[in-house]
Amino acid sequence: MAELRMREALRDAMSEEMRRDDSVFVMGEDVGVFQGAFKVTEGLLDEFGEKRVRDTPISENTIVGAGVGAAMGGLRPIVELMTVNFSLLALDQIINHAAAIPYMFNGQARVPMVIRMPGGGGHQLGPTHSHSLEALYLQVPGLLVACPSTPADGKALLKTAIRDDNPVVFIEHESLYGNRGEVAGDGDEILRFGEAAVRREGSDVTIIGILKMAHVAEEAATTLSEKHGIEAEVIDPRTLRPLDLDTILESVRRTNRAVLVEEGWPHGGVGANLATLITEQAFDHLDAPVQRVTGADVPMPYSRRLEQAAIPHEEHVVQAALAALEGAI
Amino acid sequence: MSSLPDATTCYELLARMTLIRRFEEEAGRQYQRAKAGGFLHLAIGEEATIVGTASVMKPEDYLIGTYRTHGHAIARGTDPKRVMAELFGRVDGTSGGRGGSMHIFDSEVRFMGGYGIVGGNLPIAAGLALSSQYKDEDAVTVCMFGDGASNAGNFGETMNLAALWKLPIFFLVENNLYGMGTAVERHSAQTDLSEKAEGYGIPGERIDGMDVVAVREAVAEGIRLAREEQRPTLIEAFTYRYRGHSAADPEVYREREEVDEWRQKDPIETFAKRCIEEDVLGEKEVEAVREKAEELVTAAVEFAEASPEPALDTLYENLYVLDSDAWYAVDERSPELHRGEREATMPDAARELAEAGAAYAEGEQGERPNPAVHGDAELGVPPEVAEEVEDEPEEAEA
Repeated sequence: MAELRMREALRDAMSEEMRRDDSVFVMGEDVGVFQGAFKVTEGLLDEFGEKRVRDTPISENTIVGAGVGAAMGGLRPIVELMTVNFSLLALDQIINHAAAIPYMFNGQARVPMVIRMPGGGGHQLGPTHSHSLEALYLQVPGLLVACPSTPADGKALLKTAIRDDNPVVFIEHESLYGNRGEVAGDGDEILRFGEAAVRREGSDVTIIGILKMAHVAEEAATTLSEKHGIEAEVIDPRTLRPLDLDTILESVRRTNRAVLVEEGWPHGGVGANLATLITEQAFDHLDAPVQRVTGADVPMPYSRRLEQAAIPHEEHVVQAALAALEGAI
Repeated sequence: MSSLPDATTCYELLARMTLIRRFEEEAGRQYQRAKAGGFLHLAIGEEATIVGTASVMKPEDYLIGTYRTHGHAIARGTDPKRVMAELFGRVDGTSGGRGGSMHIFDSEVRFMGGYGIVGGNLPIAAGLALSSQYKDEDAVTVCMFGDGASNAGNFGETMNLAALWKLPIFFLVENNLYGMGTAVERHSAQTDLSEKAEGYGIPGERIDGMDVVAVREAVAEGIRLAREEQRPTLIEAFTYRYRGHSAADPEVYREREEVDEWRQKDPIETFAKRCIEEDVLGEKEVEAVREKAEELVTAAVEFAEASPEPALDTLYENLYVLDSDAWYAVDERSPELHRGEREATMPDAARELAEAGAAYAEGEQGERPNPAVHGDAELGVPPEVAEEVEDEPEEAEA
C-alpha cells in the first residue's frame, strides 16, 4: 500500500496495465510531451515511448473513432479527452459507433476501449470546461460508466476498465486529482464494476453520492450525526452502468429514506434515474419522498461566487436529509 | 485505355459486377414487397468502382464503407444469401437482423462494416489502419465513402491523422455526383474532390469509376503506396447511381436525360462488350455469368425467406461482451434495463408483454407504397413528378 494522489493512482493503473499487455496504449490531446492537461499521464511517454503514448491533434471525434477502429482491430486503446465538455464533440463516435457496434454487428466486432474524461466544477473554468454529464453516458446502452471518488477506486476501476472488452466511459473529477489515499501496489487488485461502496453505515437515511459528491455526502453524514443525532448510511455506487442497485435498495429498505447527491443538472439526471428505480422497486418501504441534491440548472458560471452557488455543498445535503426525516425526528 | 487482365480475372470481375447488379435489383423488388424495411440504398451503376477496388485487395486487408454497401460485402466475398437475409431482418443475416441494409458487416472477409452516419466510418478506418501499423501487420485499410462525406468534419480530421501518423490506409471517394439530392457543385466549394485532402498531405487523383480496369489499376497503386510506403492517398472515382439515393427518393433533383446518359456508360455492359470484342470472353461465358447471377440471387431470396425471425429472448444479446477475458464484464444481475419489480417476479407476464410488442410487427405485408411512384403527402411530392417517375424503365439487364 502507498499513499497516492488520485492522478498518480490513475497513472499507475495505466502503466501497470501497459506493462502487462502490449496491446494497451494511450492517446489523446497533450497526453505525451505535455504529460496530460491534468498531469494524469505524467511519465508515461518516457517509459513507453511515442508508439504507445500518442499525442493527437485536437480532433475529438476522430480520436475516439480511431480508438474504436483500433479496438476493432484488436488493440486496447485508452483515449483521454481533456474534459467531459470536449467529449461532446465525440458523441457520434461514442454513441453511434463505440456503443452500437458490438450490437449492430451482432458480436462480430468488439470495442474494448476506455474513454477517460474529467469533469466537474470548482476551478472557475466556466460553461465549457466544468460540466457533469454522467447522466448523458448513463443513458446509453452498450457503454459502461465508471465514476470513481477515491484514489484506490480510481486505480482499481481503471484497471478493470482496461481489461474489460466493452467500451467504458471513465469519468474523473477535476477537483479530486490532488486527493490522497491509500492505494494498493502493483498486482491484480481490481474492482468489479457494479459493486457499490458503503462509506458509512447508518440506519436513519441513505445518502447516495458520486464523484466529488461522494465526499460531500460523507461530510454531511458526519454533521448529521454530530449536530442532529442522525445516522446516515452513505453509499458511493462507483459505477453507474452496471449499477449496484441491490446494495442501494437494501439500504433504502432499512432506512426508508433516500437522498441522492450529484453535481450534474437536475432534469434527467443520475438522481432522477435513481429516484425512479427506488420508487419502482422500493416504494412500499419509503417513508418520505426521495430527495435530490443536484447542481443548479444553469451552464456553469465563471464567477467564483456564482460557481460555488451552483455546486452542491454539505449544507444542501444536510438539509435534504432533514427534509426526508421531517416529522420523524 | 489500360489493357484487359487475363480471362479468368475478367470473368470474375464481370461475374461479381453482374451479381451485385442483380442482387440490388432484387433487393429493390423485395423492398417494394415490404420484405426489406427501413431505408434501402442501392448501388446500381456503381459496380465497377466497388468490384474494381475489392478485386485488388488482399484477404488480410480491411474494407470499410458507408450505408450503401450490400455490393461491397458481396465483392469482398460475403455470401449474398446472408446479405439478403440481413435486409429481411432474419437470424441468418450478416448481423442477425440487428443492423439492416445500412449496417452490413462480415468479419470473416474483413468487411468492417456499413455505417449509417455519413463520414462516421472515416475515423474508424484510421483506427483499423493504426491497429495494423501498431501490430506490424501487412494489412491495408481501404476506406470508401461518398462525395457528401467529404464535407464532414471527420474527413479533414481523418486525412490529417492518416498523413500525420503515416497510416497504411487508402481512401476512395465514390463520387456519384449527389450527396443525397444535393449536387456536388451545390454542396462542395471545391468540386474537384481529389484535391480536397491535399492540404492535409494526401495527394489525390480522379479516375473513371465506371471502368473496372481503370479502377483496379489506380486502387492497386494506392494500396501499394499504403502498404509499402505508408503513404495514404485519395482517389476520386466518378460513378453514378441509376436509382435514387434510397428507395424512398422521388428524384426531383435530376433530369432523366442525365440518368440515361450515364446508362450509356454502364460499367457492366461496356466491360462485357469489351471482353467480347477483344476476344477475352465469349458470348456464351457472358450469358453464363448472367444465368449464374440470376441463380444466386434467386437462392438468396429463398434463403432469406426461409430464415427465421430473431427470437425475442435475444433482444439483449451482444449488447455487452459477457464472456470477456477480463476479470469482469457486466454484472450478471443487471445487464438489462430495469422495468420494475414485475419483470423479476413475474417472468411469464414480462414475456407476454414482449410478445404483445412484437405482434405489432405482424401488420399487413402487402405492397409497400413507394413515395417515388405513388407520391408522398409528407414529402410533398407533387403527383405529376410521381407519374413521371413511374414511367421510368426497368434497369437494362446486365
